[in-house]
Amino acid sequence: MTVRVQTADFDLNAEMAQMRKGKPAIGALVSFVGVVRDMNDGQSVQTMELEHYPGMTEKSLEQIEQQARQRWQLMDVLVIHRVGALLPLDQIVLVIVASRHRGEAFAACEFIMDYLKTQAPFWKKEQTPDGARWVDARETDDQALQKWKQGTETLAGVKV
Amino acid sequence: MHIQLRFFASVREKLGSFSEQVDVPPEVQTVGDVRQWLIQRGDVWAEALAPDRALRMAYNQQMCAPDKHISAGAEVAFFPPVTGG
Repeated sequence: MTVRVQTADFDLNAEMAQMRKGKPAIGALVSFVGVVRDMNDGQSVQTMELEHYPGMTEKSLEQIEQQARQRWQLMDVLVIHRVGALLPLDQIVLVIVASRHRGEAFAACEFIMDYLKTQAPFWKKEQTPDGARWVDARETDDQALQKWKQGTETLAGVKV
Repeated sequence: MHIQLRFFASVREKLGSFSEQVDVPPEVQTVGDVRQWLIQRGDVWAEALAPDRALRMAYNQQMCAPDKHISAGAEVAFFPPVTGG
């Protein structure tokens, strides 16, 4: 189980190689990389500042990972989320899931991202030509979460 | 009862405060009560924590509902819906 919150960039290939090292039972690696876009809600984004809740951030990511491990047979999981100042094109989040077969890894990777988007305490503030603005939460992110719930509550026990 | 308050993102910005140690009166028993109690301070507090703002709350670094009961020494946080990833 590895969760990292850092200002530094990350290297997908290096992280994947590290995960695979000495583990020949891994048959599938699924990764997701989120990047900063230059447009959001019709406005150009010049820079972005990512704030988080130190302590709670790590706990919530670890809980999300534990939930994924309860649902699927996973061999390893890595979540890296950057904080601080970022620019368009910068990488912002990395999720890698390793399993014996692809089905588990595909599903768990999407599950982790859907939960991260709605449950992990990160907030984006964008600098646009019209000034700075906090990014609003998206309804589509809550909808994405619903498909995993099937009548159960979120990991925090809070209806979203 | 002594508790620690934490604020993040737009709430923190509006309050101009990241954290605060407070003693809440006995009638303040839940996280929702803490919000109401802070709103009574008026001014930016009433604005930042206004009931019609869709805020999220955390109790000891775990997301919670407003009816979560508080204990002495707890860390209670208020913030807008999260936007990471």
